Amino acid sequence: MRKSIFKSEDLTVRFDTPEGEVQAVSGLNLDIAAGETVAIVGESGSGKSQTFLSVMGLLAKNGRASGKAVLEGRDLLKMRPSELDVYRGRDISMVFQDPMTGLNPSLRISRQLTETLEVHQGCTRKEADARALAMLEAVGIPDPKRRFRMYPHELSGGMRQRVMIAMALLCEPKLLIADEPTTALDVTIQAQILELFGQLKRGFDTALILITHDLGVVAGLADRVFVMYAGRVVEEAPVDDLFEDPKHPYTKALLASTPRIDTDLESLEPIPGRPPNLQRLPKGCAFAARCAFAEAQCHELRPPLKSIANQRTCACLLVEAEEREPV
Amino acid sequence: MSQTLLEVQDIRTEFPVSGGGLFQPRRRLRAVNDVSFILRQGETLGVVGESGCGKSTLGRSLLRLIEPSAGRVLWQGEDIAGLSPEEMRLKRRDMQMIFQDPIASLDPRMTIGDIIAEPLTVFERSLSKAERRSRVLDVMDTVGLSGDMLNRYPHEFSGGQAQRIGIARAIITRPKLVVCDEPVSALDVSIQAQIINLLQELKRKFGLTMIFISHDLSIMRLISDRIMVLYLGRVVELAEKSALFADPKHPYTRALLSAAPVPDPKAARARQRIMLRGDPPSPLDPPSGCAFRTRCPLAEERCAQRVQELETVAEGQEIACEVVAGSL
Repeated sequence: MRKSIFKSEDLTVRFDTPEGEVQAVSGLNLDIAAGETVAIVGESGSGKSQTFLSVMGLLAKNGRASGKAVLEGRDLLKMRPSELDVYRGRDISMVFQDPMTGLNPSLRISRQLTETLEVHQGCTRKEADARALAMLEAVGIPDPKRRFRMYPHELSGGMRQRVMIAMALLCEPKLLIADEPTTALDVTIQAQILELFGQLKRGFDTALILITHDLGVVAGLADRVFVMYAGRVVEEAPVDDLFEDPKHPYTKALLASTPRIDTDLESLEPIPGRPPNLQRLPKGCAFAARCAFAEAQCHELRPPLKSIANQRTCACLLVEAEEREPV
Repeated sequence: MSQTLLEVQDIRTEFPVSGGGLFQPRRRLRAVNDVSFILRQGETLGVVGESGCGKSTLGRSLLRLIEPSAGRVLWQGEDIAGLSPEEMRLKRRDMQMIFQDPIASLDPRMTIGDIIAEPLTVFERSLSKAERRSRVLDVMDTVGLSGDMLNRYPHEFSGGQAQRIGIARAIITRPKLVVCDEPVSALDVSIQAQIINLLQELKRKFGLTMIFISHDLSIMRLISDRIMVLYLGRVVELAEKSALFADPKHPYTRALLSAAPVPDPKAARARQRIMLRGDPPSPLDPPSGCAFRTRCPLAEERCAQRVQELETVAEGQEIACEVVAGSL
């Protein structure tokens, strides 16, 4: 039985800038179930990170979010900071790209980990130590006892990311948000961390939101994928369907421009141009200017995100419900 | 057989680093350790490895942007180590470099036109202003920049366009060799593909010889003719692209290939990954013998005893691993 734990409704994020207002995320509707791994894919500026920073109450000072972000019936956007503090780290936690910025450089690993347990779960120091150590072991840190006493700078990048993941998982959150968790890591270390996420998926009931630009990472880990472009979701599909039969022209183009390690390609098919300036979004479809299939109507009308098949949505005027390819 | 453009013999680059305490003697970090190879005219040699393997230092050492501490670099047969700084500077007309961070490598106070023209003002001083301008417009057209951008400044450009500017600057003197150091890793996928295609096109058009440094094997597969795999400053495998991808021989190459994510969920599930334990060791304190042995699934006692030399194990494929070579 699918149990929804997180829902966003019409989630919109705006920033005030000297050049005027920028809408980084527009009308996002997500529904995420317990234990599921959802990937949010997009390039820089697509809004994929801002969406979840807003959910965590971590937007920059000039940013504000509207709409709803509901975790088990409670709207996170309506909460006062003190209320949000109760949920953050306990029910919802986040792992960032650069593990160094998430760790306090002047505290030992032990203190960083036990703090959340003492704050959120009222553990005694001794209980917290034991649980934190067990978690370090669970995330595959060799010789955890010794590492427990170390400072972040004494650990390698991969180890730090494991510590961040351990920290995020300590209170067994319902939702774990991982923002480019392996982008800063070397490929052999990335493989270790992805393997760890894979094990967590099987071992915990935590829902995982994986924010990434890397389609390879998505293919290896996600159950369901949302593709974002210029602040909007353009396509949503189960992972196999998305890679086998992408519907939105942007998704197709993204796949065609991705280099492959498993086959010989003559050359890539790049997407011409570049993403639009969010301050001056075109009237119609934001992708129309780069789209190989665009017609006159695409520049005039903004395509709504509509259901096109079971569990699949797509925001393209040229994609009809069930099997009709854009021509 | 095409001509040899560059021959590198046992090149070694070291950096002095703090000894770890105020009164400790300084130590030497060996970033590139006895690397040898031959670069043929017109080919693209990929140099791949993880952070700290010495791939960028190698690229810079070849152009003497960092002075190597030992070894020889023969440029069309001539040892460039003996050249004076001025002579070396003039040689660089033929050897240019493209850097990873496209914006940071452009002077923010110069216009695009001046940045691209700068190599001409150094190497082709006899050109008139008009000739220089027409060469700049030519090369801008070649890399896909429109001529009306001539008087704009770097901050007005996106990462992809800034990288085009860096490429234009590198090729305006018609160099024979271009060393590309992670030229697309700071770019989004859709833009990355544009730049890769541009580099491939330039290679065809001008017969450029390239050294392409990257951590990304899927890009290597597209752009390289041969690939050199580095681990902790040493070459562990040097092979024709087809051989390397069809049948990687060195255990590190195999692990690297199997660790790279594949954008295909079914293939990703079916794949057997070789998981490497732990992190690469510190180059300040490398393991004895083969540096990879601490993470190698095939390591034996003998691997600790001596440094592994490259040996040919198949047509166009050399590896530095006696365990694998001995079992073939």
